[in-house]
Amino acid sequence: MALPFPDPRTSEAAHFFDAAAQDRLELQRCADCATVWFYPRPACVACGAENFAWFAASGRGRVHSYSIVHRAPTPAFRDRVPYVVALIDLDEGPRMMTNLVGDDALAVAICDAVEVLFEDRGEGRKLPQFRRCAGA
Amino acid sequence: MSMLRSQAIVAGVGESRIGKVPGVSALELCAEAARRAIADAGLRPRDIDGLLTAYTMTEPYPVFYGALAEFMGLELRYGAELTAGGGSSGVMIYDAALAVMSGRAEAVLVVSGDSRATGMGRDNAVAALAAWGHPYYEFPYGGFIPAYYALIARRYMHEYGATAEDLARVAVTQREAACRHPNAHMRSPLTIEDVLASKPIADPLRMFDCCLISDAAGAIVVTRAERAADLPRKPVYLLGVGEHFTHEHIVAAPSLLESGASRSAQAAYAMAGVGPKDIDFAALYDCFTITPMLLAEECGFAERGEAAELWKDGRASIDGRFPINTHGGMLSHAHAGATGGLFETVEAVRQLRGGEGARQVARHEIALVHVEGGIMSNHATLIYGAQPR
Repeated sequence: MALPFPDPRTSEAAHFFDAAAQDRLELQRCADCATVWFYPRPACVACGAENFAWFAASGRGRVHSYSIVHRAPTPAFRDRVPYVVALIDLDEGPRMMTNLVGDDALAVAICDAVEVLFEDRGEGRKLPQFRRCAGA
Repeated sequence: MSMLRSQAIVAGVGESRIGKVPGVSALELCAEAARRAIADAGLRPRDIDGLLTAYTMTEPYPVFYGALAEFMGLELRYGAELTAGGGSSGVMIYDAALAVMSGRAEAVLVVSGDSRATGMGRDNAVAALAAWGHPYYEFPYGGFIPAYYALIARRYMHEYGATAEDLARVAVTQREAACRHPNAHMRSPLTIEDVLASKPIADPLRMFDCCLISDAAGAIVVTRAERAADLPRKPVYLLGVGEHFTHEHIVAAPSLLESGASRSAQAAYAMAGVGPKDIDFAALYDCFTITPMLLAEECGFAERGEAAELWKDGRASIDGRFPINTHGGMLSHAHAGATGGLFETVEAVRQLRGGEGARQVARHEIALVHVEGGIMSNHATLIYGAQPR
């Protein structure tokens, strides 16, 4: 069964996943107060300004917390267990959710350095994912 | 003094049959709990003129309170479906109290129930837990509610050195309480070893760290305090209420360890004019074993990182100095959507009245109930007293 992919219904979500399809992790920065936020939304979550710019994030961050999932929530994930669901503190500040992928993913620890990659989910769609950096 | 303090009472409480109740719909379970609550209050259905319900996942009615009122033959001046996930009961009870104080209704029935065990089945019930993730930024990663609370538990263990045994002890303590409850879903003894040997769900949470999937409904009747003298049961006064919301999805949570619970509790304490030391026993939302530990800290019953001590030294047990979740909670008594949180109030009312026999807690003047929905998202704190203040 195919893994799920978002059907983005907001303009900012569409922008985010269009960038991901081209292997870019893009974030928004407020032009008024410089807040960087995730997930993509149409106005600054700190000051409400609609004046923001997209920019390419470094794709690096650290593991804030993680869980190793053993019980798949839906049939689509049954072939993947056990897998890591993690929250990553991006170097730019915001926190995002990801799986950790790669052969050593299950050896994850909090504070591990991670980097982004883009997982092909078919039909030209890609999902941002993270893996532990070498030597993490 | 707050306008609301001691002005509303819980006059009656009721539980439906709980556990696996095949062939009985959520609507029927709700009506059963509601009839029992009305009878417990010494009232008749025609005395009820307000009805608040939460959501079900197994009934087709777009307006559930309306379907339930019609099913029970109720005529209403006030009714609504109020949902805030697991925190629904707090919002409903707060609104019920305001409704009776304002004259919008005389006696408000607050009901929640669902047929999660037999009406949904385990796989569908678990799949529904995935729908709580953000559809774009969480769901595609195969998360579901247990994994999101596991993220909190893992961070908590990292920060404070709590262990899997500490989590397990919460489940064991609540099972001991459930074993004395005549209507609890799970009434067979549970050991720490049983919890640690149970199936891993989302590490560090194992099956017995997770709440039940039950068929269950609960109900209470809220009315004005002035009516207490005309009613047969000992009234339980609503002394204080607080609410707080910070985020819907865990990816947007300001912190994994400090939620809106503390501000919700502070608001309730301020309205009631009491503090944590005045509370005799508590019911803390327990979708997972980590949840009541966090909430005990946020409500001021333990220092940050030290909640495990409440269970380790026996204080939190039903016979302890500060009992928590004396009915067994959602881990052992029942969980069916917003219903688990409502049972916390049902239990607080019974214990505050006294007369629970082998289940009765020693001190029962003031109780705190905390419920929350989502992933530590929307919080409500209710403080109840055996006497007005």
